[in-house]
Amino acid sequence: MQRQVALIKQSLFDQGYLDEQFMELEELQDDANPNFVEEVATLYFKDSARLINNIEQALERGSFDFNRLDNYMHQFKGSSTSIGASKVKTECTMFREYCRAGNAEGCLRTFKQLKKEHATLRKKLEQYFQLARQAGPKEIARRPK
Amino acid sequence: MAEVLRPEKLDISNDTSSLASPELLHVLAVDDSIVDRKFIERLLRVSSCKVTVVDSATRALQYLGLDGDNSSVGFQDLKINLIMTDYSMPGMTGYELLKKIKESSVFREIPVVIMSSENILPRIDRCLEEGAEDFLLKPVKLADVKRLRDSLMKAEERVFKNIMHKRELEANDIFSQLKRAKI
Repeated sequence: MQRQVALIKQSLFDQGYLDEQFMELEELQDDANPNFVEEVATLYFKDSARLINNIEQALERGSFDFNRLDNYMHQFKGSSTSIGASKVKTECTMFREYCRAGNAEGCLRTFKQLKKEHATLRKKLEQYFQLARQAGPKEIARRPK
Repeated sequence: MAEVLRPEKLDISNDTSSLASPELLHVLAVDDSIVDRKFIERLLRVSSCKVTVVDSATRALQYLGLDGDNSSVGFQDLKINLIMTDYSMPGMTGYELLKKIKESSVFREIPVVIMSSENILPRIDRCLEEGAEDFLLKPVKLADVKRLRDSLMKAEERVFKNIMHKRELEANDIFSQLKRAKI
């Protein structure tokens, strides 16, 4: 089971869903805080769901307030960076470029892709954390004491 | 003639260093992002710091008692050794918070570190010019925090040593005077 967990994690990195920042987070776990990464991830998905909702509403209104959209995306990119969500971060960057170019079509397209990446990551991480918990504490990267 | 004791053993229990406790730095962290707050708090705790986290510059000022409302604790009880603040925050930015702190006669000596996800040179320059201790690019690394903590601990140690040295000199001076007066 632990091998399975390790393989899932490796594939998340290999496929570019996660970057080194995720490993930095794992480094901060220890016996007293064995679920730190999962806690951060939970906060991230709750917070990013809120941002996606805000952006959705802003886009539905039809009038493109690029400043406001860019603002939301700045926050989204920030937290995605902090958790190591590499693909999501890339989509955020693209979205912001379209905002700056005033390209509404580009924004809509990128937002669709972003939501897809976000949902995929969420599913994969949920699976990973669930398996990691079942496998036992050995699989979670720890800081040396 | 009364015996005058040599002032060799100094009472160091009344130390005047501003450390919250002998080992722990107390850091006030300011960030509007809930993910980043969790992250920085963990980074600081792992680095053996005492942490207080707030979600806005306004709350930071309230905590420090700089918001004009005089109901907060005085500086002596607070003992903040470092402030780490995000740059881009709604309402008051980290830069504006930095300015307010540097304008305060009570808090201007506290080092303020700015954190930002954007590597904008004029921004960095502006912050450093305004008196920021350091400017860190997000995501902040554990190594950054440890480096900060180490340099602050060294600075605190220097201050402490200077104070103790000064006390020793004063005590020696008094001793000499008493000796001369042949009390």
